Amino acid sequence: MSELLPQEQIAAFKAKASSVAHPMEMVVDVLRAIQTENGWVSDEGVELAAEILGTSPLKVEEIATFYDKIYREPVGRLVIHVCDSICCWSRGGEEVATYLQDKLGIHLGGTTSDGMFTLLPSCCLGACGEAPAMMIGLTTYGNLNPERIDEILEQKRQELKP
Amino acid sequence: MNTYPQLLFKNRKPGETTFLDGFRKTGGYEGLATALKDLSPADVRETVKNSGLRGRGGAGFPTGMKWSFFPCDQKGEKYLVCNCDEMEPGTYKDRILLEADPHQLVEGMIIAAYAMQIPVGYIFIRYAYAQATRNLLQAIAEAEQANLLGRNILGSGFDFELHVHPSAGRYICGEETALLNGLEGKRPNPRSKPPFPAVKGLFSKPTTVNNVETLATVPHIITGGVDWFKKLAANPEGAGTKLFGLSGHLQRTECFELPIGISVRQVVEEYGGGVWKGRKFKACLPGGASTPYLRSEHLDVALDFGPLEKVGSRLGTAGVTVFDETTCMVSATLNLNKFFARESCGWCTPCRDGLPYVSWLLEKIESGHGTMDDIENLRGQMHNINGRSFCALAMGAMGPIDGLLRLFEEELIDHVKKGKCPFK
Repeated sequence: MSELLPQEQIAAFKAKASSVAHPMEMVVDVLRAIQTENGWVSDEGVELAAEILGTSPLKVEEIATFYDKIYREPVGRLVIHVCDSICCWSRGGEEVATYLQDKLGIHLGGTTSDGMFTLLPSCCLGACGEAPAMMIGLTTYGNLNPERIDEILEQKRQELKP
Repeated sequence: MNTYPQLLFKNRKPGETTFLDGFRKTGGYEGLATALKDLSPADVRETVKNSGLRGRGGAGFPTGMKWSFFPCDQKGEKYLVCNCDEMEPGTYKDRILLEADPHQLVEGMIIAAYAMQIPVGYIFIRYAYAQATRNLLQAIAEAEQANLLGRNILGSGFDFELHVHPSAGRYICGEETALLNGLEGKRPNPRSKPPFPAVKGLFSKPTTVNNVETLATVPHIITGGVDWFKKLAANPEGAGTKLFGLSGHLQRTECFELPIGISVRQVVEEYGGGVWKGRKFKACLPGGASTPYLRSEHLDVALDFGPLEKVGSRLGTAGVTVFDETTCMVSATLNLNKFFARESCGWCTPCRDGLPYVSWLLEKIESGHGTMDDIENLRGQMHNINGRSFCALAMGAMGPIDGLLRLFEEELIDHVKKGKCPFK
């Protein structure tokens, strides 16, 4: 198994799992850690999580495939979640989603050819007072319009430059 | 200018978070000190019951009654869980509260735990609330340092430890039993009730689950007293203040702390600045996506649990989403229904298969291909879907359908007669 997590982190998780009454409680933490390190959770990631928690890969897969913020397919370097719930819808959310797809040259669910961005829909982000909104990674951006979207995407590209 | 008393937003400053020093300066943790020193756990429970506090997570269940179901004197594992999985569309008040003043929740949870003699608490927080998560972790660390959490809190002999559990998405995790399954590391499908969490909750042990805002209100009830709390309401049957998160077609879409029972009109006009773009009020969701619509004849209804139930709606989370006169209500209902359909956990057939079917019917009507039979079919689906699942997600999904059929039937008929959406 290639290094999905640093050895010290695996050891720390294993130590915690063996010291608590309910190790499965840690499953989302472990999956999120694997995802933070690798961008997504592969089959090997599921197996590693199962090994850490002392359970079967199937029990982990049940969890990994339920949550829309756990990615069981490769994603771009950044994942954009664009809200399509009612408040964003009422303030131009559909136009924002269309603009993002046009600008990035992909449909919802796709990844840009340069591997930078994956674009996914999301239910309400809890930014209803700043609709329309999107979340990139774990940062939410509101009051979106084409100019602001261009600014944000450019800023992200700059941040990701080596 | 909000001149109403600010309890939950007492320390709120734009762009800033209040931590322990600032929180104490304005009286923070005095409620806890009073509870531990002067009140028995039963006294605290009685106070909360008499205050008339009702759950702020959407269901509005009387908090004191919920706490009375809990086996406070039972020995062994017991849990207090805070539901911070705020994901009901139109709802963002818990995030605003935790970004401003996380210690309010911490103090509220310690008092609640003392009241129910619970030794361990969890805050289940949604994936997207990363800043609120960091704030809570910092607040908990501060509280532990200051002997406000952990063993022998403030020398009272009461022990309470508090953990933060971040989630990874999906609306159903806000349903209390799905949340408990998620916390346990199981797939977060809801459980069939009974048994209720007070009997068999987290890890099958007695558990109380409460919303962020509900718990954050508790210290204020202790310090201010029952009469003071009740008198804060704008209507005679209400109690306390409430966080109202405004959204949709308003000039101002911000979160305000206002008296419970304030009128829809006052919220829309004074605090929302009126409908945007010089347009007119057509409808609103008074309390989040699952609360049936209100129309302009409801503008003077009090935003409180009882009064809204009387007009066929609910206070829910008090997320007020306004729609102007250019809004197609069929289209709005379709958006709401697609949300619920996609967020179904998939366990129960009436929800998993019924909600997409309702989406199909709405799409057919909205696109101009609907028939009068489709409208009757839609009405029939409410009967087939309502109350026939393990949880209330599907019932919530029928809220907008109920509102549409009851208040905007003409619009549905218009789509059918014209063979297209009249608003496009």
